[in-house]
Amino acid sequence: MSAASLKVNGRVHHVDVDPKCPLLYVLRDNLELNNPRFGCGVGQCGACTVLVDNRAVRSCQWIVANAIGKEIVTLEGVETAGKPHPVQAAFIAEQTFQCGYCLNGWVMTTKALLDKNPSPSDAEMRNAFESLVCRCGSHVGIFAAVRRASQSAKRSA
Amino acid sequence: MAPKLTVTRREFVKDAGGLLIGFSLADSAVLPRVLAAASPETVAAPSPGRLDSWLRIDKEGLVHVFTGKPEIGMGVGTAYAQIVAEELDVPLDHVQLVMGDTASTANQGGVGGSTSIMLGAKPLRNAAANARFLLTQMASRRLGVPADQLEVKEGVFRVKGDATKSVSYADLAGGGDLNDALKVSGDGFGLNVEGPGKPKDPSTYTIVGKPAPRVDLPPKILGHFKYVTDVRVPGMLHGRVVRPSGVGATFVSMDETSAKAIPGFVKTVVKANFVGVVAENEWAAIQAAKALKVTWTQPKQAFPEQMDLYAYMRSAPVKASKETLKRGDAAAALSNAAKKVEASYEFPFQSHATMGPGCAVADVHADGITTVWSGGQKPHELQKGFAELLRVPIDTVRVVWVEDAGSYGRPGFEDAAADAVLLSEAAGKPVRVQWMREDMTAWGTKGPAVLCDLSAAIDAQGEATAVQFTSRAFSGGETHFRPGDAGNYLGAQLTGIPNTTGVDEFAQWGVEAPPYAFQNVHAMAHVIPAFYDSASPLRTTHLRDPEGPATSFAVESFIDEIAAATGADPIEFRLKHLEDARAKAVLTAAAQKAGWDTRPSPKKAAAGGDVATGRGIGLSTRNGTYVGTVAEVQVNRKTGAVRVTRFVCAHDCGLIINPEALRTTIEANLIQSLGRGLKEEVTFDRSNVTSVDWVTYPVARASDVPDRVEVVLINHPELPSSGAGEPSSRATAAAIANAIFDATGARVRQAPLTPARVKTALDAVRSA
Repeated sequence: MSAASLKVNGRVHHVDVDPKCPLLYVLRDNLELNNPRFGCGVGQCGACTVLVDNRAVRSCQWIVANAIGKEIVTLEGVETAGKPHPVQAAFIAEQTFQCGYCLNGWVMTTKALLDKNPSPSDAEMRNAFESLVCRCGSHVGIFAAVRRASQSAKRSA
Repeated sequence: MAPKLTVTRREFVKDAGGLLIGFSLADSAVLPRVLAAASPETVAAPSPGRLDSWLRIDKEGLVHVFTGKPEIGMGVGTAYAQIVAEELDVPLDHVQLVMGDTASTANQGGVGGSTSIMLGAKPLRNAAANARFLLTQMASRRLGVPADQLEVKEGVFRVKGDATKSVSYADLAGGGDLNDALKVSGDGFGLNVEGPGKPKDPSTYTIVGKPAPRVDLPPKILGHFKYVTDVRVPGMLHGRVVRPSGVGATFVSMDETSAKAIPGFVKTVVKANFVGVVAENEWAAIQAAKALKVTWTQPKQAFPEQMDLYAYMRSAPVKASKETLKRGDAAAALSNAAKKVEASYEFPFQSHATMGPGCAVADVHADGITTVWSGGQKPHELQKGFAELLRVPIDTVRVVWVEDAGSYGRPGFEDAAADAVLLSEAAGKPVRVQWMREDMTAWGTKGPAVLCDLSAAIDAQGEATAVQFTSRAFSGGETHFRPGDAGNYLGAQLTGIPNTTGVDEFAQWGVEAPPYAFQNVHAMAHVIPAFYDSASPLRTTHLRDPEGPATSFAVESFIDEIAAATGADPIEFRLKHLEDARAKAVLTAAAQKAGWDTRPSPKKAAAGGDVATGRGIGLSTRNGTYVGTVAEVQVNRKTGAVRVTRFVCAHDCGLIINPEALRTTIEANLIQSLGRGLKEEVTFDRSNVTSVDWVTYPVARASDVPDRVEVVLINHPELPSSGAGEPSSRATAAAIANAIFDATGARVRQAPLTPARVKTALDAVRSA
């Protein structure tokens, strides 16, 4: 175990953890941030996605030592001043998701995608999402929400 | 103290400090009023015969509804809120639900069989109607006017024509008990209550039938929602299980040295062949489970080689048989047929492969109250089963349902919860268990493999006169879908408790696929024995629409084959052989929306190009629900790769409660069943399931999603609601297979419709 400082959602947290522990368990168990979710533990589904320096990464595959000194953002940190992020607003407006267990991955990946490319083509969108799983099959609503969020990103640009 | 995730009925009463209000009913002779007895602080489920077991109104006028039915991701909670808000004329957001806590909700059998609206909403609707009835009497008395001079808006009674006289629900009943007796009928899914208050005429509805945003989605999307994975109990430890090296392998010994070296390790737990570890944190538990060296005996070679599965099923002894349809003399018609069509269809084992692999927290107290937090669909069954597992009275076990990932049946959340119970019992502390991915995909329960043989007689005039159907399948319930016995759980079986709960459940034409009205019909269903009777990774149970996708794949493909053999358009052929007007209506509606090209299949080959296109239809009739699904596909002739470009789905489930949530549920069913039709197949070797993750058990991904998915909702307010959670999963694989045939003339009869299988079928057409 060793002491580490992690900057998550703008706040610095001091934790005493095994440096080889995947970031996911530190976020969940030490910081009680629930939205990075365990889906597979092998980087195949994206349920554990967080942003590290604005890049969507699989927190089940990132050892905590590699996250030190970086800006980590979880779904909890996407809302600003109690206002839904436009990506969240789009998913709510489209009534996307069934159980929603996977949604952390989709919302965070959408945010990372649109931050880089506010108007993704259908192919670019599918490509960005191919490594995510939604077992319920809510993809139709997900795609609609991404298009809606893309429209609102264009409007505010 | 456990964290408060929900307010229980009793806590609510306590917090509200309410006075118990009684009321004499007009027909009290029929329904004698039950005086409120002081309720002992046990964890027994409340009596369904009391109105306040279902519904309470607090001092702010909020309506608290208590239901034994959990939300499993399709928005049923919002639909329940709409139904109650409608009967009481309160705003939708004034209704709050407590779901699936065995200490505060009546046993409604949990979720299953697409019955949450069809059956589960009835007592809620009736309870709300009776609350309305009582409140009206109270208001009439309070305001001194006859009931028929009162009107209600947003929970406030007003005297018609006199705006000065009003009284709210909160004023009348706030914080008190509406503790009148209700007449109880049925149990489990069929539990219902009735009283003198009658529900509204559906033609007057203003909330039911209108799109309502799902109440659970904003908190989920904003990241405020708590799933069962997020339950934290003070002093809670983390557990992980270590499964045998294969089916039938037994524990010999273990070397704990490496596990003990992991910081945070607490202990190992061994009970016969059940092995687990407990640690102070999750990462330590994961590492310890990995590090623990267990020696097992050689596993049994209980399974055939995967490539021999269907040959094995064909030759396996039959355990039980059932005749599911019989009309005329199909055998005679077949022996006199001018032409015969014969085909066999094969559908593999499939996995629930839930998004979260199953999680629960158990806090076992042998001498006190045991609490288990689980996302299993049937909390009251779990209460019964865990009481048996712990050998304690049922009233000392409380199961608190907290939403987990979508479950689609009995996926193993139940087994994960039993693991938590066993580990908490051994550790003497609350234990949270979350399964690893392979625990779910490899060791979770499976949907059964199904083999169907069909033959049809065509007479000299080219008319189909008879169809014969025979299924041979593993039971849909080797592990009972009602998890109310200790032997039901994998962990318990590993400790040596036998699984005595299995039932024979058949793949039935007439139930799981539409009963076409041919002159002569005969359908037989056979169940073959489980590969291994205990703790098998290939043990079967309910997976979304049990046997439906498999049986429909066979029947709905075969109907197309007969249509093709008689030169008929697939939809016209179906319409000709269907009697049910609603079944015909969904086919017609889907065809119209899709712009169906009426002609026999296959399509005349277009010149050149590697990609062929086609359209196919699949029909599903399920317990009062009717679904017609058109699939349009592109088939790559070189690779056999299939892409579904469009779905059109016409759906009739009687009275629609929430069209918006219904549409998204249907869309999701279509995509999930597309994955099941094209990709999903549990793989195994002689002793183990080898599907362990999302690579070895692929499901639909972004690239598989059609460009267009269109849903046509057919509303029948004059008819009762039937189920919608599963029916639109049923005919998808058949619709795709029929579209592949239409595009190429190649018939694929083994699911999933992988490129390799499509390629083989294409090659067979070419060489024919």
